[in-house]
Amino acid sequence: MVRINIDGKELQVPAQSTILEAAKNNDIFIPTLCHHPKLTPFGGCRLCLVEVKGFLKPVTACTTTVGEGMEVVTSSPEIEELRRLVLELILSDHPNDCMVCEKTGSCALQELAYMYGVREAEYAGERRNYETRDGNPFIERDLEKCILCGRCVKACDEIQGVEAIDFGYRGFRAKICTSYEEDLDCEFCGQCVAVCPTGALTGKLWKLKGRPGTTKEIDTVCPYCGIGCNITAHVKKNEIVRITSAEDTWNEGWLCVKGRFGYQFVSSPDRLVRPLIRTAPKSGMPSLGRKGIKWGEVFREASWEEALDLIASRIREIKETHGADALAGLSSARCTNEENYVFQKFMRAAVGTNNVDHCARL
Amino acid sequence: MIEELENILERYRKKGGNIIALLQDTQESLGYIPRMAVRFFSEELGIAASRFYGVATFYSQFRLKPVGRHKITACCGTACHVRGAEKIIGGLRKELALPAGEDTTPDGEFTLEEVACLGTCSFAPVVMVDGGVRGKTSADVIVKEIKAIRKKPDEG
Amino acid sequence: MKDNTVVRVCMGPAGIAAGGKAVLEAFRETLADRNIDAEVKEHCSSHQVGCLGLCARDVLVEIGRNGSKTSYQYVKPDMVGRIVAEHIVGGTPVKEWLVDETFDTFYRKQVKIVLADCGRVDPEDIDSYIAAGGYEPTREVLMTWIPDDVIEEIRMSGIRGRGGAGFPTGLKWELARRSKGDVKYVICNADEGDPGAFMDRAVIEGNPHSVIEGMLIGAFAIGANKGYVYIRAEYPLAVERLKLAIKQAYERRFLGRAIFNTQFSFDIEIRLGAGAFVCGEETALIASIEGERGMPRSKPPFPVNRGLWQRPTVINNVETLANVPYIIRKGWAWYASYGTEKSKGTKVFALTGKIRNQGLIEVPMGITLGEIIHEIGGGIEGNRALKAVQTGGPSGGCIPAGMLDLNVDYESLAKAGSIVGSGGMIVLDEDNCMVNMAKYFIQFTQAESCGKCVPCRVGTKRLLEILTRITEGQGKEGDIERLERLSRGVKTASLCGLGQTAPNPVLSNLRYFREEFETHIRDKKCPAKVCKKLLRYSILEEYCKGCGACMKACPADAISGDKKKPHRINPDRCIRCGACFEACKFKSVARD
Repeated sequence: MVRINIDGKELQVPAQSTILEAAKNNDIFIPTLCHHPKLTPFGGCRLCLVEVKGFLKPVTACTTTVGEGMEVVTSSPEIEELRRLVLELILSDHPNDCMVCEKTGSCALQELAYMYGVREAEYAGERRNYETRDGNPFIERDLEKCILCGRCVKACDEIQGVEAIDFGYRGFRAKICTSYEEDLDCEFCGQCVAVCPTGALTGKLWKLKGRPGTTKEIDTVCPYCGIGCNITAHVKKNEIVRITSAEDTWNEGWLCVKGRFGYQFVSSPDRLVRPLIRTAPKSGMPSLGRKGIKWGEVFREASWEEALDLIASRIREIKETHGADALAGLSSARCTNEENYVFQKFMRAAVGTNNVDHCARL
Repeated sequence: MIEELENILERYRKKGGNIIALLQDTQESLGYIPRMAVRFFSEELGIAASRFYGVATFYSQFRLKPVGRHKITACCGTACHVRGAEKIIGGLRKELALPAGEDTTPDGEFTLEEVACLGTCSFAPVVMVDGGVRGKTSADVIVKEIKAIRKKPDEG
Repeated sequence: MKDNTVVRVCMGPAGIAAGGKAVLEAFRETLADRNIDAEVKEHCSSHQVGCLGLCARDVLVEIGRNGSKTSYQYVKPDMVGRIVAEHIVGGTPVKEWLVDETFDTFYRKQVKIVLADCGRVDPEDIDSYIAAGGYEPTREVLMTWIPDDVIEEIRMSGIRGRGGAGFPTGLKWELARRSKGDVKYVICNADEGDPGAFMDRAVIEGNPHSVIEGMLIGAFAIGANKGYVYIRAEYPLAVERLKLAIKQAYERRFLGRAIFNTQFSFDIEIRLGAGAFVCGEETALIASIEGERGMPRSKPPFPVNRGLWQRPTVINNVETLANVPYIIRKGWAWYASYGTEKSKGTKVFALTGKIRNQGLIEVPMGITLGEIIHEIGGGIEGNRALKAVQTGGPSGGCIPAGMLDLNVDYESLAKAGSIVGSGGMIVLDEDNCMVNMAKYFIQFTQAESCGKCVPCRVGTKRLLEILTRITEGQGKEGDIERLERLSRGVKTASLCGLGQTAPNPVLSNLRYFREEFETHIRDKKCPAKVCKKLLRYSILEEYCKGCGACMKACPADAISGDKKKPHRINPDRCIRCGACFEACKFKSVARD
């Protein structure tokens, strides 16, 4: 631990922390755009500039490590003027279409522009113009809204280990791109979307379905696999319109393509909502996938009690006729560890066979 | 091409090096950085293709497209502009059948370049063909020259 | 007594361009024809330095006879016969072809330390360097000194980084020495990118071993065993000479293992830059050596603590390193006897622009700007008046003509709003527009911005846009204030040296030439008549002969008039290309 002083407050902070971390942990606000707590510091947006006694020039709080006796001032007329100017410059090269932007309400840039009361008029000039859109199915990349903070690049590299994107070109022409600027062809985990502070990266499936603030947010657990990532379902008119995950969850906000973008099944008309019991004999019937066959001709709806009774009786029947080893159980990766434990216990102890396996092992 | 790339890769593996050196070698032997070279190196070395592309577009030394064997430079300065540079460029693009957004013919024979001003306004409109200045010219004149170049047997 | 006549012909690029080769051949032939035993040397094959800076007077020929030297300027092959006959045979120099008196003043005020051996030693022959005392400092240091002695010597000499920032070299070495780690690096920054500066190239082309020696001594001082030279690929001759020099140094075991049979080993590798000005910045240079995009990293941590591959790294500029062996050889006190209290030693400048004697000069720190311009430089070209001296290139600023008493050193230049920088010195006269100059430099830095941080990426773009509109007559009330606010912000908020210094030309030109900006904005006029779009052309009827030359020259069909009657320019069609102005033989086209 070292002793430092931020804005007149004497603090004890861990020796390896940055000024920004020290401030944050002590509820001292320093504006940031390119910083993300889980990613390597970048120092590109320059909003977190602070004055440190003994330093000739302001330094970025996100990249500067604290030192014993360090005296930091996070806000002064000079510092605030620099932050204002930086925001003016960012907005001078930003499409002002917050009206229709998916990020409105959850946009870090918008929030800071509001805080500082910045409009872009003072330094209006040429703007980047990228006409072609990325043709991938999941991630909308609106590079004109990109502020080159590099968070997506680092999430892709440091979190996902994919490195599908990187900085390309330089100066005013710099942009985040894939190799040879092909359409994104990656795992589509969407970590980049999650860390993007502006509307540059959004979900294609979300488009015009409802922005944060207009939806009901329900915290739940991702049903896809046993890992059980915490997710937040954004619901509008009883339909999930977007899935996010908060940074303070155990999965730190990271999800996979299924968890983040594979939520349409919830309101799919094809989804099974009640148990079905086969009515038609197995042999001689064309399979369900064939054209013209409706599920009603093969199955009938049943209650859970009836369905479970049927299963129990059939298991007993088979066990009695052919022995327990005629039965096998296959469990799902969507179940939790506990559920899988119970399932194998059921197969071994109740049914009496070791024929039990799990889809994730295949 | 693959053989050249393998040679470059072997030198790299022997001597140790970095992305920049690899790209410099590639450009030296191929004249530019083709997409397949990046894909090849990326797979062989386990370095993301996006990183190669990021480096290749950062440094002005690297070219991503081959330059044509013959270079035609059309001046777009103000004087040439008022003398119909646009018309000339349009005519040349048509003659060379340049696909939209490209400056080089698919067969790699011609590159059509547009420059701000060649500083010879009194001869406007000006076009340079392989370094030679053609003043007070027109699309027809340059097209004739292109045709002549095409007919000429390959020297070297 | 053997007649020891040596004829040296300048064969630097400028010399070659001026026909040096033909002159060389002519001397060889003429001397052979006359059976004269004289040595004809390619002097200065080491480029500008070799020809001792005065390229503008090529082909220069120096004739040495019995210890005395005589120089001829503007020599052509047909002059060789007479020079040989009258001077070499007859013993009387050809007076009218000798260099004029300004040639001497060009040298009188100079002090050559780092350039002393350039043009004297053969850059392609290590023995020539050794014969001049080369590698002796390294031998002495390695065999009899301890690293702290070296650091102390360099610290006492007072030498500061010659790449631009002027950080004390001794302190840098000391910090790196004290930094923990068993692997450390020395990097020679030869990524000279400032337009108008070429001293690093000159040193490497002229005396590459002095740079290798500087690296060796620096490596010994900080405890490094590996060094890199990061050099621009655009300097092919320098790269070639350096490669050769490194090879020769390895052959003599000045590089490699157990140098001078000591425990010390040191290897040098060359890394070629791929064309990015920002890589002259330390942390961007490190990224580039690692093979990545040359995007600077935030400091701290400083490279002396965490540099190349996260190891302690010292990065020194070519000129700085080339000074080191000479400081060791002659002692810190000798070096510190040149210069001012805080800026010691000499500095090489590339003197260019509207000045008579153009070329590389090496002067003691603290010399006045006036001495450089009027004595070394021989004054302004033509009959024009000096307007300003631009120093430090795109990171620097202007010193107006009224400040010629200014001492050229780190502190004084900084106080005047400019910098020593890497040593570019461009002389401007009344025909140079200061708004346009500011625009030119911002255009350069804007194109070279890496794009990592907002102030530089967007800020320089906006600066350029505002300057462009001012030069095009679209300047708005408040633009000067906009420029000032933006410049101050970009300077303070940018991540690296490129952005932090990019606005300097704007701020300094505004400081000294504010009214020129105002004239552009309010009156839509360019006093220096440089900004094309602000010029108005008209025909003075009383002088116009109606010859039609202007009409023919006009690319925009803006001129009309009957034969032998005064012509007129239609201002709406005029594109201000100036063709009529050039074409008129009667000075009847007015430009305003």
